[in-house]
Formats: sequence, C-alpha cells, structure tokens
Amino acid sequence: MFAATDLNASNRRKQGLIKTLFLLMTILLIVPVLIILTVLIVKGGPVISFEFLFSDPKDEMTAGGIFPALIGTVWLVSVALLASVPLGIAAAVYLSEYAPDNWFTRTINLAIINLAGVPSIVHALFGVGAFVLFFKFGTSILAASLTLAVMTLPIVIVATRESLQAVPQAFREACWNMGATRWQTIRRIVLPNSISGILTGVILEVSRTAGETAPIMFTGAAIFLPFLPEGVGDQTMAMSLHLYAMATQVPLPEHAANLPYGVALVLIGMVLAMNAISIGFRMWLRGKKKW
Amino acid sequence: MSRESTSKLPNLDRRDFAWFVDKGMQVFMFIGGISAIVFIIGIFVFITKEGLPFITDTMNFGEFFTSPRWRPTSENNPTYGALALIVGTASVTGFAMVVAVPFSLGAAIFIAEFATGRTREILKVLVEMLAAIPSVVWGFIGLSIMNPLIIDTFNVPVGLNVLNAGIILGLMAAPIMTTIAEDALKAVPDTYREAAEAMGATRWQIVWRVVLPAARNGLVAAVLLGVGRGFGETMAVLMASGHSINLPGGIFDSVRALTATIAAELGETVQGSDHYRALFTLGILLFIVTFVINLTADLVVRGVRKK
Repeated sequence: MFAATDLNASNRRKQGLIKTLFLLMTILLIVPVLIILTVLIVKGGPVISFEFLFSDPKDEMTAGGIFPALIGTVWLVSVALLASVPLGIAAAVYLSEYAPDNWFTRTINLAIINLAGVPSIVHALFGVGAFVLFFKFGTSILAASLTLAVMTLPIVIVATRESLQAVPQAFREACWNMGATRWQTIRRIVLPNSISGILTGVILEVSRTAGETAPIMFTGAAIFLPFLPEGVGDQTMAMSLHLYAMATQVPLPEHAANLPYGVALVLIGMVLAMNAISIGFRMWLRGKKKW
Repeated sequence: MSRESTSKLPNLDRRDFAWFVDKGMQVFMFIGGISAIVFIIGIFVFITKEGLPFITDTMNFGEFFTSPRWRPTSENNPTYGALALIVGTASVTGFAMVVAVPFSLGAAIFIAEFATGRTREILKVLVEMLAAIPSVVWGFIGLSIMNPLIIDTFNVPVGLNVLNAGIILGLMAAPIMTTIAEDALKAVPDTYREAAEAMGATRWQIVWRVVLPAARNGLVAAVLLGVGRGFGETMAVLMASGHSINLPGGIFDSVRALTATIAAELGETVQGSDHYRALFTLGILLFIVTFVINLTADLVVRGVRKK
C-alpha cells in the first residue's frame, strides 16, 4: 500500500550518491597521509637500528646515529614541561574554579586563543628578544624550553580546564559544606577527579613540543654539537632540527640518502605514539566515567 | 546560656593555617590565569623592542609594502621590499585554502552528519593524528616526496613551488578546519534536524537547508583559523616553497614566505643590525595579521553564541 514511488527511489539513489561523495572527500584527506607514512616506513625503516638510535653522528653527519638529538629533545621537552605544566594547570584552575564571568575572564580566554594562534616563528623571535637577550639566558636549553613552554601553554590550559569542568558541581558543594576551604576542595576533590584528563593534555603537549622546530632554531638548538648537554645552560641538538639539517644543510652521498627518512620516521613515530597514548587514555577514561 | 552556645560554634572568620594556604593558592592560580595575557603582551613588547628602531629609522613604508626587492645583504644599497614575501605567503596560503576548504568542510559534514558509531570514532582519531604530524616532517615530505613527484607529473624543472607548498599546507590546515567545523555542526540543536525530518526532508536537504545555514558562523571561523594557521606556518613552507624571492606568475613558480624569510635569515644576521631589526619587523607584521584573524574568528563565533 505504501510502496516506494519512483520519486522516492530516485531520492534514495541521490542520497546514497551524496553520502558516498562526502565519504570520498573524507578519505581523500586521509589517504595522502597513509601513503606518506608508508613511504617513510619503506625508506626509513631499514635505516633504523640499535646503532642508529644510540650512536653519535659521524663523518659530518653523513653516517652514524641520532643519539645526541634524541637526548636533546628529551631535555627540551622535560624543561618545557616543568615550566608550562604548573602554570597551565594554575591557569585552568583559576578559569574553572575562581574566575567570575566578566570582561576580564573573557580577555584571558581571548589571550589563550591568540597565544595558540601566534606563528611559531614569532614565538622564536619572542624567545630571542626575551629569554636569550633580555633575561640573558643566552642560546641555551633554558631559553629554548621556555620559548616552547609559552607556545604550548594553551594546550595544557584548554585540556585541563575541560577536565576540571567535567567534575560535577555537587562534588564541590558537598566538600564546602564540610567546612573545607576552596583550595582544600580543589586539592582533595577536584584535582584527583580530573587528574587523568589533565594527563591526557600533558601527553598531547609532549607530542607537540617534541616536533617543534622554528621556536628552538635560534634560542638553544644547534645543528651539530660534539658533546651532550650537561645542564640547562648548554646548547643541544634536537630531533626536529636534526631532520631539517639532514634534509637541507648536509650534502648526503648516495649510500646515505635514506638517512633523513630514518630521522623523520623516528620523529613521527615518537609524536604519533604519544598521541595514540593520549587518545587511548581518553577513550579508556570515557568508558570508566563514574558519573 | 545563649552566650555559651554561640562560643561553641566554629569560628567562621578563621585565620588559621588552612586559610593562609587557601589565600596563597588563590594568588598562585590568579598568576597562572593572567599569564596568557602577560605572554601575549610580552610577545608584542619584545618583538617591537627589537624591531622598532628599524621602523622609525630605516624603513620606508612605501618601499616595504610595494617593492618586491628584498636585498638586506646588499653591500652598498640594501633594500627592504617585502611585497614579494607578502605575495608569497598569500599565494601559498590561498592555494592551500582552495585545496583544503572543500575537503575539510566535506569531511566535517560526513563525520558530523552521515557517519555513525565506530566509523565516526575512527575518522575522528585519524583526523587528530593528521594534526599531530610535526611541520618539519611535512616540510621534509614536500622536499623529498612531493618535489620529484611534481617534476615527473607536470614535466617542470623545479618541484618546490606554490603547488607543492600549497598542497602540504592544505593537508596541515585541513584537520584543524575539519575539527572546528565539525564542532560547529554538532552545536546545531538536534531539534532543528528533527523538525526538518518531520517535514519530510531528506538527509541532504536537512544538511543543505537547515544545518549549514545554522552553523554558518562556526564554519566561517573554522576557515579563518585555517587561514591563520597557513599564514603562520614556517618550517613546511620554508622547505617546500623553493624559497626564491619572486612575484609568482603561476602555481609552478617558486616563492618565499614571510615566516620562511625570518627562519632562514635570522641565524646569519648580526644582532642589532638593520637586517636583524627588519626581520623582527616582519615578525610584527605576522603577529598583527594573525592577531586580527584570531580576533575576527572569535567575534564571529561569539556572534553565534549570542543568538
């Protein structure tokens, strides 16, 4: 009685066509990346070995490994985290727990959005002007890491604020009713209930920090150093800058032509692994949510 | 009697250790809260401090914005015309948007309106992974994979050009635009869709006539933030655009971007020289443009919320 009319049938065909079209657009966005990853793995995979990861570059960087760059990236990321995580969490706690809804808070939010949107090379100029020259840290791990910390601060703030706001208001009210101060409530109730969300944000920040190149080029990272850094006052090599140098500055002989692919693969592997952990963590949390 | 019971009430106006800790932490949180403002102002102050002497003493505004001759290292007559750099940045960003905007919005529509369940989750994760790839890796891809590909496919002498950098930049900006556009589509209340469906509208009619108009501001903001991202991208453009000062006549011409110029030249300048200060001036220009783009995007989004 209500059999599909011709109009309906043609409509359904059209719907199917449109859906396929959009699916195609989505796939076209993702396919190039899969091709690129495959090329990196095919060309870079054979380069990677225990020796590649744990030895110094040799023969003007045309042979040997990436150990100093790996260590340098660990230094830069760690120092940057030490600076940005406490500050970022404080900012998020302020915005979520203390800030009234007024023009001042809106200005802070606007500043966070803008801080995230400032080009990385402008952050580099700021690092040179402020940390290297004005505060006289010189080109050092300290100056480079602080530059990275300012740049990635919005990531921590936004992720932390989101997970703080996910804690139900009733939890806080129950605690205040017991006579707890605001800080006691935050320390004992709000932070423990959102710590995993904060961690997700921090891991995401690690992945961003490890991949950045422009902000560290002039503030503390060097293309080649014959020694490992011993403190925050030293310069250092870094994975991202090492890839840039290998790709553009070093004339590579035929037999070493695939070295940069290996560096790129290790770098992208590090970054994507951190991201995957962060995403997995977030999904696991969503499944575990108690309220 | 009544006096006694009052004295047994807890002292609400306490000044004990916990109170002082509370106040102390509140100050610390406030410092964190204003840090973003401090840093934004700090960035502007410090790059202006280094760039200002150039603007006031050496810079010729007419030359800076209309001359394509960027020759800061010339011995007897250095010229600072940034036109070619501005056009370079604009052409690469423009081409990137032509590539990325349709695909990003298409992907956002598919993820938000058509995909369901597991497909949707997987696509979202893939887009997020796409956004995580560092810009120097993108630059390397442009240099070592796209470059020979373009030379072979189009039979041109150089593969590092507007086309190469534009595609790379498009792929970099796409995940950001997709994510923000998808959020904007998701923010359209389901009652709109249900009302349209009750009128007998098909999925596509709902998307085209109801959801897209309702989400318009959010979509505009998504594109704006994509433009801002493209404008400020440094390493990928430096490595994939060919880095030659040139007013491009087509997509197979090499260009040089504002960001890339700073990245390539700052290491070779003497601190305090005109050249050094000119590079900071380019930084001021970049800062102002991205600031305006971000501000506009925020105002556009806020327009949605007010309604």
